[in-house]
Amino acid sequence: MSVPRFWRELDTRYNLIGSYCKITKTYHYPRRSFNPEAGRESIGSMEDYQFKGTGEVVSSTVVHQAQTGYEMFGPYCIAIIELDEGPKITTQIVDCEPEIVKPGMKVKSVFRKLGEDSESGILHYGTKFILDESLETTNDEDGNITDIEV
Amino acid sequence: MNGIVSYGAYVPTHKIETGEIASVWGADGSAWAKNLNVYSKSVPGPDEDVITIAVEATRQAMKRAKLNGDHIGAIYTGSESHPYAVKPTSTIVAEAIGATPNLTAADFEFACKAGTAAIQTCLGMVGDNQIENGIAIGVDTSQGAPGDALEYSASAGGGALVIGNKNIIATINHTTSYTTDTPDFWRREGQKYPRHGGRFTGKPAFFKHVVSCGMMMMQKAGTEAKDYDYVVTHQPNGKFPIRAAKTLGFTNEQFETGLLTPRIGNTYSGAVFLGLSAILDIAKPGDRILAVAYGSGAGSDAFDITVTDEIDKMDRSETVENMVSRMKIINYATYAKYRGKLNMGATK
Amino acid sequence: MREVSIIGVGITKFGELWDKSLRQLGLETGLAAIKDAGITSKDIDALYIGNMAAGSTLQQEHVSALMADYCGLAAQNVPATRVEAASASGGLAIRQAYMAIAGGFIDIAVVGGAEKMTDVSDSESSYTVSMGSDEQWESKAGATFASLHAMIAQSHMQEYGTTREQMSAVSEKNHYHASMNPMAQFPFAISAEAVSNSGMVSSPLRMLDCAPNSDGAAAVVLCATERAKKYKKKAVKIIGSGQASDTLSLHHRKHLNQMPAIKIAAKRAFKSCGKKATDLDLIEIHDNFTISEIIALEEIGIFKRGKAASNILKGETKLGGKIPTNTSGGLKARGHAPGATGIAQIIELVQQLRGEAGERQVKGAKIGMAENHGGTAATAVVHILEGE
Repeated sequence: MSVPRFWRELDTRYNLIGSYCKITKTYHYPRRSFNPEAGRESIGSMEDYQFKGTGEVVSSTVVHQAQTGYEMFGPYCIAIIELDEGPKITTQIVDCEPEIVKPGMKVKSVFRKLGEDSESGILHYGTKFILDESLETTNDEDGNITDIEV
Repeated sequence: MNGIVSYGAYVPTHKIETGEIASVWGADGSAWAKNLNVYSKSVPGPDEDVITIAVEATRQAMKRAKLNGDHIGAIYTGSESHPYAVKPTSTIVAEAIGATPNLTAADFEFACKAGTAAIQTCLGMVGDNQIENGIAIGVDTSQGAPGDALEYSASAGGGALVIGNKNIIATINHTTSYTTDTPDFWRREGQKYPRHGGRFTGKPAFFKHVVSCGMMMMQKAGTEAKDYDYVVTHQPNGKFPIRAAKTLGFTNEQFETGLLTPRIGNTYSGAVFLGLSAILDIAKPGDRILAVAYGSGAGSDAFDITVTDEIDKMDRSETVENMVSRMKIINYATYAKYRGKLNMGATK
Repeated sequence: MREVSIIGVGITKFGELWDKSLRQLGLETGLAAIKDAGITSKDIDALYIGNMAAGSTLQQEHVSALMADYCGLAAQNVPATRVEAASASGGLAIRQAYMAIAGGFIDIAVVGGAEKMTDVSDSESSYTVSMGSDEQWESKAGATFASLHAMIAQSHMQEYGTTREQMSAVSEKNHYHASMNPMAQFPFAISAEAVSNSGMVSSPLRMLDCAPNSDGAAAVVLCATERAKKYKKKAVKIIGSGQASDTLSLHHRKHLNQMPAIKIAAKRAFKSCGKKATDLDLIEIHDNFTISEIIALEEIGIFKRGKAASNILKGETKLGGKIPTNTSGGLKARGHAPGATGIAQIIELVQQLRGEAGERQVKGAKIGMAENHGGTAATAVVHILEGE
């Protein structure tokens, strides 16, 4: 992706900036200057809105044949999630075994690397999601430091 | 007084155990673990790097103190593993917390103490009333060459401190530094993995600087080890910091809270930030903390800190302990894939 | 409005056509269609080309002029127009020609679709296909085209209890039909068990749930019905045409397990000819994934929502069943060359309605429908054809 093509949407990617339509009182992501449901009246009535970054899984899948640029993750979870404010987005769910993700699970946003143009190209950052409070915990025995000879 | 307005931390969820790394090289895992006092270490996922960790830690700090970007006048990120050789990490952090454009920003490098140098810079700017608050970040996703001793410890994590003079949760009473030209550890431009002087990294390097700086700090503050509730030093493995703390006269009770390396490995520039964050997670008003960072090449920065009443008003429910104990254990093959240790050839 | 008939067809075998270029494929089918129609190049008023991806696979845009040139129509300055709507490009090209003739602007048009998917690597062709969805907010977020359909399937299974066995029945049936189609990419039968046990692509979709990315071309000659008899004895009439759009991204839809653009396009097509679902003798469906065929049959109204899968398993959509579906083998087994697919569907209907489908002939077939869509059905185009 060209540098300006990514750069012009940095705040949408980094900070989940979308739009709030003052006419229909609905939220939209990514940012829109026009709300299809409200028509022309909505022009000028769309305000920037920063989403809280919490929501829930609507549908998900474990991708075994990775999308270009996602080869290092395979297999990984792709989900459509619904943000608490209403809009749905397609996102990777990271930091968990991909098959445990199920509809209805709560998720929250994290800041992650989305990809890169090439090994020498610009890096892309933005938002992905993790399961909220249902992370697998497989804690091994803690190194009990008081037993260590020094 | 100037001091800490807020703090944030981040430790990746993926971890690898020392025994798993040792098994690849036919080494004795339990001996390595005991020898280094490192039992597992954090590993950044394919989508985590210094920038993502810096942003997550900084966002936690901002959220805790209910700060917004307008309150921030400076961001300095210290790391030896910035994703870009040229292009700052700090501007991305600034954009991600909504602090642009009215601020100054730069990246620092001083091996493992680049982040604490950033704290001192912020203290100077806040003290001089140039800015209301500055953010100092220490973060790394360090690499050890495959099979090198560093591979057992080099890990990922970081922390961010908001430095200011209003609503501070801990005052920084004093700071001092101890700096020499000591080439114990380095990475040349364009090289993927660092080199080190083996046992030379110990006595003439880590111990000399940490102990000297710690002593200088206590002299300057007019304190003794027993005056502190907690101590945290740089922790390249699980043993050096214990020995240094004991040399300075500290006990287990004082250093165990800030000692995270046995479970997450050496987070380099992140180490003192994470140890200090773990302490602040449980500290009470009036607690006194000594923090001593160390960066190869070489230098130490020390801070004499007193926790204030404000800390009780802060939401401290998301703890470093949660991040440390949240583990997705991976094997060496996955680790090698995630850390770019596989030769992918020229397929494109 | 004038009536429009199809007077000629031409198609290549779909598959890995290593020795054929895009222009070669286009020429072969164009010539075959003209020959079948009994017209000469002098009779052609316009050329319409369906092509999805020449820009990304071949770095060649302006495919309309390319085809006109290599088909020998440049010297006559025949107007040529490329139509692009991802995998619906072919069906949409037919609709453009249909409207131009029905509207009285022209009398005879050649509509060709062609695609070269194997001149790039597998990962590049897969990425090209996913460009039919939202590249910025789906593909770049890590969603493959299969993974979007996997989430559609997951949602359909959750809401209607659709099963693995039922999805496998779609593929088994389409391969069975392809075993009787010599032009199919995979002219052989496979078992439902083989589908259920094939490698996982994106759960729950497996390798044999997914249509291939094929090379191939197809062409038809459209003619004002009033002039059709002059050229062709067995002309097949386009009696209905409908098209509809939906959000480009799947995530902007209210229901993930529905494809409303197909429903609306079918409704418009039915309305334009006064027919209804029960009038159809056969259907060609855009089964890019097994789940798409299940949902499309529900949207068109062949089966009630949530009931298509069990009826497919019962054999209702098999040759000899209540409503034979994808007698060509569908995208899964005939092959899927995006720009050509919508035209290949029409050719299957023409052959059936002419009674020339051989072993796979639907007895007494009079009326057929073709449903062609692009992306996750952000564009749908439906045609209804009637034989004499």
